[in-house]
Amino acid sequence: MHLGVSESMRECEYSQISTRSSTPMETPYKKRTPKKRKWEAFPGRNKFYCDGRIMMAKQTGVFYLTLVLILVTCGLFFTFDCPYLAQQLTPIIPVIGGVLFLFVLGTLLRTSFSDPGVLPRATSDEAADLERQIDVANGSTGYRPPPRTKEVVINGQTVKLKYCFTCKIFRPPRASHCSLCDNCVERFDHHCPWVGNCVGRRNYRFFYMFILSLSFLTIFIFAFVITHIILSSHRNGFLKALKDSPASVLEVVVCFFSVWSIVGLSGFHTYLISSNQTTNEDIKGSWSSKRGKDNYNPYSHGNIFTNCCAALCGPLPPSLIDRRGFVQSDTPQLASPTNGITMYGATQSQQSHMCDQDQCIQSTKFVLQAAATPLLQQQSSEPVILTASPENGVSLPGRTSLALGGPCTSLPLGQPTPPTSTPSLSCHEATDMLPIHGHTHNHSHPLQEPVAHHHFLTPEEVPSPPGMLHCGSPLGHSHTVQAGFYNPASQDSLHEDSVRGLVKLSSV
Amino acid sequence: MQGLVPTATDGNMATEFHNLQELRHSASLANKVFIQRDYSEGTTCKFQTKFPSELESRIERTLFEDTVKTLNNYYAEAEKIGGQSYLEGCLACATAYLIFLCMETRYEKVLKKIAKYIQEQNEKIYAPRGLLITDPIERGMRVIEISIYEDRGSSGSSSGSSSVSGSTAR
Repeated sequence: MHLGVSESMRECEYSQISTRSSTPMETPYKKRTPKKRKWEAFPGRNKFYCDGRIMMAKQTGVFYLTLVLILVTCGLFFTFDCPYLAQQLTPIIPVIGGVLFLFVLGTLLRTSFSDPGVLPRATSDEAADLERQIDVANGSTGYRPPPRTKEVVINGQTVKLKYCFTCKIFRPPRASHCSLCDNCVERFDHHCPWVGNCVGRRNYRFFYMFILSLSFLTIFIFAFVITHIILSSHRNGFLKALKDSPASVLEVVVCFFSVWSIVGLSGFHTYLISSNQTTNEDIKGSWSSKRGKDNYNPYSHGNIFTNCCAALCGPLPPSLIDRRGFVQSDTPQLASPTNGITMYGATQSQQSHMCDQDQCIQSTKFVLQAAATPLLQQQSSEPVILTASPENGVSLPGRTSLALGGPCTSLPLGQPTPPTSTPSLSCHEATDMLPIHGHTHNHSHPLQEPVAHHHFLTPEEVPSPPGMLHCGSPLGHSHTVQAGFYNPASQDSLHEDSVRGLVKLSSV
Repeated sequence: MQGLVPTATDGNMATEFHNLQELRHSASLANKVFIQRDYSEGTTCKFQTKFPSELESRIERTLFEDTVKTLNNYYAEAEKIGGQSYLEGCLACATAYLIFLCMETRYEKVLKKIAKYIQEQNEKIYAPRGLLITDPIERGMRVIEISIYEDRGSSGSSSGSSSVSGSTAR
């Protein structure tokens, strides 16, 4: 059987060289299942329309209200007031009104429908790598470490970068996680329900243009409706004028209330732009001088003009989430599915030197369960292990010391089927460094056996042991191997021994 | 350690790294290194040039630093605020951004240049050393992901694959 494995390995080595050149990033997309676009698998709480071209927040009710208000008010203006004004004053009025209206609508739709600058979530490999670094840095106490932060000096100012537990990344400066959309957004300003979307790096300028043009439009309509009523009442009297165009009353009311809020908002955002701050920062007072004498905004370009130009006319970054791309199901992950189990064993090696106490306890349970299950029932790759005949009468307790020596390693931590392999891998990965201390004082004698058991029987845990899933890190795939850099050769003898031990155990 | 150009004498190695896809099929992914962002100058896109320890045995420091520095320069060019970007911004605003239906933004043009550069680097420098750089845009511009491959079949490889198959041959 082992021959079968190495043959299949050899088969892969000599696979035909593809002469068609392709970018390193492209993998041949196999049409096994109907094509799925990335927006369909998007983890955030956004709604997508037009096959991923349009992206909005989940709650869009208020956006429709905004649309209705604008359309109705402008509609009434053009229908009832414009004919009179065009006649009495000048036809330019409807033209300007029309232009403003179109501009408002355009910017509104652009703000609402575009990607605000959502940061895609970390891939499992990235997340695992970060977790490892954090554990190294913290010296990890307990199962859930305290909130993670990283300090960075930006242009002389110390800024704290927070770790986002949902997206599993350290948020770049000025990014924030929107709880409504469940995404991290770059240069997060605020979530605007009127617009039905977050306002962030990519759509801030459209948002600003929208509120600016809307304030002009509101003032414009307000002014000209009043003019209409006044002119009309000069001829016919005030009450008759009102009766002649009841729509005007409605328009005045709407505009009156809008002017205060919209113009106020425009003014506020003009201030924010000129000082290069986000609403978020302003509300928190991040760069306020009240916090300290040396507190200043490190992102400001120095003068108002540059700040404004940068915000409004700066380069527009592309969307990072690639909504309309296709989901690539065969991207190589570190837990490579094509490896045989033996490969796993060697390359995995000291994935983690020690196991998490929790995991060892869990695995003891599985050991006891698995002991009742004959090995032969396991998957096809199992035979690789089975054929290793127990040549020495190695007893289990004896093995434990060996297993401890190259702790939690020997036997493949992964299972034959990759999807189920990852949970245990990730647990080990995360607790990789911590263990040496934890192990010695948490685990004494009693652990020695469980440790050994755990590893011998890991392959049998193919039916995804749930306990494995929440070990150190809530990760799916994680990387397999630092092993390349440790010396796998010394693990091979352990591997052999543990394989023998396993078979011995199964015969019990 | 492979030279820049795999020679005939390298045997399997040369044929296996002939094509980058072939690299994936014939070698096993051993590890991934992530080069994080450098925020010391603000939110502009810039990556740390610190040489990761995992790559010490795989590639020369100068080559790596050159790659990262060139990438940083490309990103700086894309995000530069100056005459050309203002012009583009104003023109776009005047046409209600409809101009982008027919024209690419400067950022997108630079991103294409970056993709080409990365591919070229992979083919010339990284693949022969069993490494592969993933374009940061595919990782949300957060990291430069460098995949480290262990060659499966080569006898010169330090991975345990050959010894593993040996051990199970009982």
